[in-house]
Amino acid sequence: MTDQLTTTESPSLDSEPPVQLTVPLSHPRLPRWAPLAALAFSVAAAGVLGILLGWGLVAIASFATVLNVVAITGWSRAVENARAAKDRLMTALVWTSFAIALVPLLSLTWTVLAKGLPQLTGEFFTGTMRNVIGEGGGIQHAIVGTLLITLGAAVISVPVGLMTAVYLVEYGGDSRLARWLTFLVDVMTGIPSIVAGLFAYALFQLIFGPGIRMGFGGSIALSLLMIPVVVRSCEEMLRLVPADLREASYALGVPKWRTILRVVIPTSLAGIVTGVTLAVARVAGETAPLLIIAGKTDSVSWNLFSDAPMMTLPVFTYYSYTQPGIPASFGQERAWGAALVLILIVMALNLLARYVGARFSPKKAR
Amino acid sequence: MSTTTTERGTGRPARQRGDVVFAGVAKGAGVLILLALAGVTFFLTFEGIPGLTGDDSVYSGKDGFLSYVWPLVYGTVLAALIALLIATPLAIGVALVTSHYAPARLARPVAYTIDLLAAIPSVVYGLWGINFLAPRLVPGYQFLQEHVSWLPFFAGPTATTGRTILTAGIVLAVMILPIITAISREVFLQTPKLHEEAALALGATRWEMIRTAVFPHARSGIVSAVMLGLGRALGETMAVAMVLSATGVVTFNLISSVNPSTIAANIALQFPESSGERVNVLIATGLVLFVVTFAVNFAARSIVARGQIKG
Repeated sequence: MTDQLTTTESPSLDSEPPVQLTVPLSHPRLPRWAPLAALAFSVAAAGVLGILLGWGLVAIASFATVLNVVAITGWSRAVENARAAKDRLMTALVWTSFAIALVPLLSLTWTVLAKGLPQLTGEFFTGTMRNVIGEGGGIQHAIVGTLLITLGAAVISVPVGLMTAVYLVEYGGDSRLARWLTFLVDVMTGIPSIVAGLFAYALFQLIFGPGIRMGFGGSIALSLLMIPVVVRSCEEMLRLVPADLREASYALGVPKWRTILRVVIPTSLAGIVTGVTLAVARVAGETAPLLIIAGKTDSVSWNLFSDAPMMTLPVFTYYSYTQPGIPASFGQERAWGAALVLILIVMALNLLARYVGARFSPKKAR
Repeated sequence: MSTTTTERGTGRPARQRGDVVFAGVAKGAGVLILLALAGVTFFLTFEGIPGLTGDDSVYSGKDGFLSYVWPLVYGTVLAALIALLIATPLAIGVALVTSHYAPARLARPVAYTIDLLAAIPSVVYGLWGINFLAPRLVPGYQFLQEHVSWLPFFAGPTATTGRTILTAGIVLAVMILPIITAISREVFLQTPKLHEEAALALGATRWEMIRTAVFPHARSGIVSAVMLGLGRALGETMAVAMVLSATGVVTFNLISSVNPSTIAANIALQFPESSGERVNVLIATGLVLFVVTFAVNFAARSIVARGQIKG
């Protein structure tokens, strides 16, 4: 490794004639604005060339990207030295990768906004798809389904996840169960969502018979995906509670369980709420398990436990696009509208979580 | 038995009946999670076994479970590999931006922006992929077919809809980018400051510092990040189900309209219309997927855990 660090600037110091003793301590450097200049030059050159040759936007952008990398590297090579040129090359590549990563985010946001916004009318939120053919119709049944099923999943996951985190932090210590639990919870975060749906179906099929579709099954499937996220975030938050607080409580004679309920959990409440909200946001957009166990329907269903399918927003989006009906355009328009509503819900939950985390978290005591 | 007393010397608080109950409930919740995990394995196996030895009619033209599941496994692995090939270099680049290149003030918003990619529901990725991305990739595929069709990957003929396994791989790459980025960023940030400064003090350029100080330190972290991304890509369902126009063949051709399907996408597409033994067959393929992703995640987390103990 060290050979890569040694400079090659003065290999022939002793062989040089004695008259010339000065070794240059500084090398010519590109000015600070060099990367920006190279970028501006590349964009301008690609733009002019593209317009002259009639290229598309994608071709111009790709050419500008390549030209930028080549230009800054070549310039550095000519003025500075090979090592500096390589550094410039990697810097340009790293920033290019970031720019490429932004492209899908921007284009996805733009597409969904452009196609979804015109759909958001009053009828879209209050109507259902019952007896709707062609234009019109709404997503009320899907919104109700998503809210109920997600709520059900949260009601199952939060107590189980929080108590598991309490066990890991306060009771488990270094026991074998605690170590395996920590590890398996991590592994569980990687369970494919469709497997969770198959699990819920297999379980409910044994109880209710084949072909079962039930909203509560969706809650079970989602809670399997949600619990590991809740455990992880709660565990992290509980560990942040300073030991001083616990010891102060013990010193006053408060038993351990009351200390946990009255001191430890309230102290970390903001963080727990943040974690739970993020977990809800994650499962609210899940499609595959609900496709399998919650099924699809055209009308509102308020009963999680009835032996009938329950529509949800992601499933609605999927079916509206893939089976749009006879004038395909109306169904596909509704799909974009539902996708936009879904994204808005998930983003709102994300922002809420960040806000709660930033606003109410206890200031760092240490 | 009740109230205070006894364990005063041990430094523990007094032990009450409430304490015993509470500790029991906490432990019970943990055990419940383990039971749920065991339950997943058990119920999938129980419902899947009848699907292994069904009548030929339930395997949609294939003779037996193995020849039914093999093209699906192939497609799953192929799509995931494409996704990894695209996402890994990008993710490492983005992680470097947020850990070493961007000014401190920008780094957090940048990391948060990339995290937003993970928050977008997969069905929306599917919509975007089929409606926006796929048609725009067709000219690129045509270019590939015209100029490099001697490579078996780009033999063509190009799918006019653009709904190929390569498109699916690109969408998957976007979806796994955030997780690889997040974990790589974390391990990059854990590089000892002294190592970095030592490298810089010896005259290393920023890239040489990253190559000699950051990467060696982060190697195991990157490996596990990539494996977690692999696990995510193997199990991703809706985006692939919507984007890919699948016919269930085994082929190297990445840009034609004849593509292998993936296990997860196949289940999502077939399940709603299936009944009887067909359901058991699909659950059996789900079990295969579960075992594969579990193994990948298990290995990835083991590497992470070992790294933590080491240093």
